[in-house]
Amino acid sequence: MCLGIPAKIVAITDLANSLALAETAGVQRQVSVAMLTLQGKTIESLVGEWVLLHVGFAMALIDQEEADRALGLLAQMDPDSQ
Amino acid sequence: MMMLTSAFRDSSQVTKLITLIQTVADPLADKWGRPLQIMEVCGGHTHAIFKFGLDQLIPKSVEFIHGPGCPVCVLPIEAIDQAVIIAEQPEVIFTSFGDPLRVPGSKKSLLQAKAQGADIRVLYSPLDAIALAKNNPEKQVVFFAIGFDTTMPGIAFSLLTAAQQGINNLRFLCHHIRLMPTLIALLAGEKVQLDGFVGPGHVSMVIGANAYQPITERYRKPLVIAGFEPVDFLQALYQLILQLAQDRCEIENAYARVVTAEGNLSAQRAISTVFDDGVDSQWRGLEMVLGSGVKIKECYQAFDARQLLNSTVLPQSSAEIKDPDYCNAVLMGKLKPDQCPLFRKQCTPENPRGALMVSGEGACAAYYYYKGT
Repeated sequence: MCLGIPAKIVAITDLANSLALAETAGVQRQVSVAMLTLQGKTIESLVGEWVLLHVGFAMALIDQEEADRALGLLAQMDPDSQ
Repeated sequence: MMMLTSAFRDSSQVTKLITLIQTVADPLADKWGRPLQIMEVCGGHTHAIFKFGLDQLIPKSVEFIHGPGCPVCVLPIEAIDQAVIIAEQPEVIFTSFGDPLRVPGSKKSLLQAKAQGADIRVLYSPLDAIALAKNNPEKQVVFFAIGFDTTMPGIAFSLLTAAQQGINNLRFLCHHIRLMPTLIALLAGEKVQLDGFVGPGHVSMVIGANAYQPITERYRKPLVIAGFEPVDFLQALYQLILQLAQDRCEIENAYARVVTAEGNLSAQRAISTVFDDGVDSQWRGLEMVLGSGVKIKECYQAFDARQLLNSTVLPQSSAEIKDPDYCNAVLMGKLKPDQCPLFRKQCTPENPRGALMVSGEGACAAYYYYKGT
């Protein structure tokens, strides 16, 4: 129940009610994106973004740059130098 | 982005992190004369540890204490009893996430009530309860609102949406828990011996990394927030052990692609609009946890399903019917699930004796499904 899943916003279906179509592993369902509005984005600009879905709500944008940074830091770590 | 998911499952990175963890943890455990005691707060992490076989890879110098972070596991018997009483009312359609259905109440579980004819339906989202209420105006639709801070915003937002739309046949039976008071009760009670926390990724997505400051400042326990892929989890574990080795005590965020310092402000606003917090609450296995519960605000009482209990006397459940004492010991990290004499014998997912075996995220279910025989 507490788990979230990454999904891609593929379309806005109901602008007035902040509903969008999210796709994960080929499955699409309608979700609410209302809780992302404080992150400085218009609802329309969410199309194409990856989000973390939880019980029908997009709760966070997944930050690609942060993901790349984390993987980059890991790549620099060398167990032999510890 | 799916490439990124696979990157966070990359076995070469897993191997590298295991080596790094061992290099730092082994000498520290030698110095301390005992393994490092790490609590993973979230049931999702307990599952990740076993699902990906991390328990086989992590060195013996690190010992996990499975935390109380599965809301279904700490749901009190009274909550199930209330849910059953409401669900059995003829005008009610009772709705819930799937997880709580098999949790035993004092007389029956919701699943047993359903088998006996109650109209109980599993929903993916509380938003679906709004549609159900609209389509069934002659019925009372009740949603079983449980979970930690992750689930609360969705419930709060659904309630606010129903209020805006003038829906008057939807109510919420609220048994939410807030994570921070629960962790503080655990630390203040000195009930568990632990050296640091792997912080829950999705609660943190809502409350933000900064919310954990009392844990480092008042209780001097380091905490590193982790995601749920193997590389995420091991990276957080490595950062945590590095802190212990360097005698640092900080909040670190190893899941920054999802979790920010301040969290989701819209979600926090929805929670504080709908709920009063600081309610002392009784949780299964944890006894009374001061300030951990919430209740629906006075101005939204029309949406509170407790009104449907007004004339009903609750069964005298809690004093007479309890989970086995072993469950409490597992919840407090004093006993590993497979050290319980009932494990795999009298207690299985098909016939659970306690909630830790019922919930898909419970520590006992994780051991049962993934840890072999």
